[in-house]
Amino acid sequence: MAVAETLSQDTAVPAILELADDCLILGHRLSEWCGHAPILEEELALANMGLDLLGQARALYAYAGELEGKGRGEDDFAFLRREREYRNCLLVERENRDFAHTMLRQLYFAAFMQPHWHTIAATSGDETLRGIAAKAEKEMAYHLRHAGEWVIRMGDGTDESAARMADAVTELHRYTGEMFMASPARADAVAAGILPDPDSLRVEWDETIATVFRPANLTVPDVRMPQKGGRDGIHGEGMGHLLAELQFMQRAYPGQTW
Amino acid sequence: MNPSPTITGRKSSDSPVTNVTDFELARALDVASSVPDPEVPCVTVADLGILRSVTRNADGAILVRLTPTYSGCPAVIAIEMAVQSALLSAGIDAKIERVITPAWTTDWISAEGREKLRAYGIAPPVGASGGRRAFFSEDVIACPRCGSSNTSKVSEFGSTACKAHYRCDACSEPFDYFKCI
Repeated sequence: MAVAETLSQDTAVPAILELADDCLILGHRLSEWCGHAPILEEELALANMGLDLLGQARALYAYAGELEGKGRGEDDFAFLRREREYRNCLLVERENRDFAHTMLRQLYFAAFMQPHWHTIAATSGDETLRGIAAKAEKEMAYHLRHAGEWVIRMGDGTDESAARMADAVTELHRYTGEMFMASPARADAVAAGILPDPDSLRVEWDETIATVFRPANLTVPDVRMPQKGGRDGIHGEGMGHLLAELQFMQRAYPGQTW
Repeated sequence: MNPSPTITGRKSSDSPVTNVTDFELARALDVASSVPDPEVPCVTVADLGILRSVTRNADGAILVRLTPTYSGCPAVIAIEMAVQSALLSAGIDAKIERVITPAWTTDWISAEGREKLRAYGIAPPVGASGGRRAFFSEDVIACPRCGSSNTSKVSEFGSTACKAHYRCDACSEPFDYFKCI
């Protein structure tokens, strides 16, 4: 807790919210598959992965609220902010499209977050973040393996699955660069020693993606128009639709609890 | 790692007159330890290693520490309420605290807990918990019914966050495997 006392709230809270928003928004996207997955086993897998991400988001929101000290809790952060206040990267809010898009998005994110949590657990100066990270790291190792195996199966599968996977790479790869850019809030958290520089995770991510793409017969594309903006609150069109569903209960019935 | 929850409190040496032990604390540990897991009722919260400690605070209150298995485990609140109400039924008003550090691992499931899982039809975790594993790597999981190691993984994700789904190719039994984490 030493860091929580010495670190300014202005530094830690926005950086923690970026992490939490990534988890919440991707968890919500996965939940949209409920009742629509191609097979029962994947129905369970997608819901389980969504639940892991939601659990990680909850722990981060609760801690951000505690640090902020203004009485905001998990629900306030998750349900009662406006679109511009969400600081998730654009990758996690991309639409599910088909199973290939969903699994590739999951691979991109898990290949980033598993070593990310590992580094936070090992090096963060903040005890609570180390604790959250130690759990999340193990969960993301499962996501990485599951998504990576599906990308290989589909990339190296039928003509149709290979074409869909290649489409997904073309569509989604341009959103991956944003994960490695530190926002001003993040740069402060890096300087304070509570979170690592995301750019330091780039080499390992490139290697992981290459390890999957080789047997999947996929090529890392040249990205001419890299997309960013989520960390500044500038989101794609799909984000408003996502929030409309995510926030519906709290907007329609303010203060409602289960 | 020691899977048994610790019990601490007033030591008998604190009382110079009689050899008093903290019977209420000992009973609280017994009661809390015997609460079954709501999703895997063949094992108790102590067997799973999610009951971390039962202690007495400086102010005299009994404090029970529990830890979740997975970040998003939906049974966390049910487990906390089950432990609290079991203690209340035994006349013990305890405070429940959720701890996440150190992170729970299947290494904490006791030997007795593993045997109870197997007898119930759930294959216990194999090996020690680790980090990332190779794509398509497979552990050999023995069928909890017939013991054959001729089994196949049906799904990495099973009926709850903590289990994967397997099938025995010898006796055809479908079964859950408690994932190693």
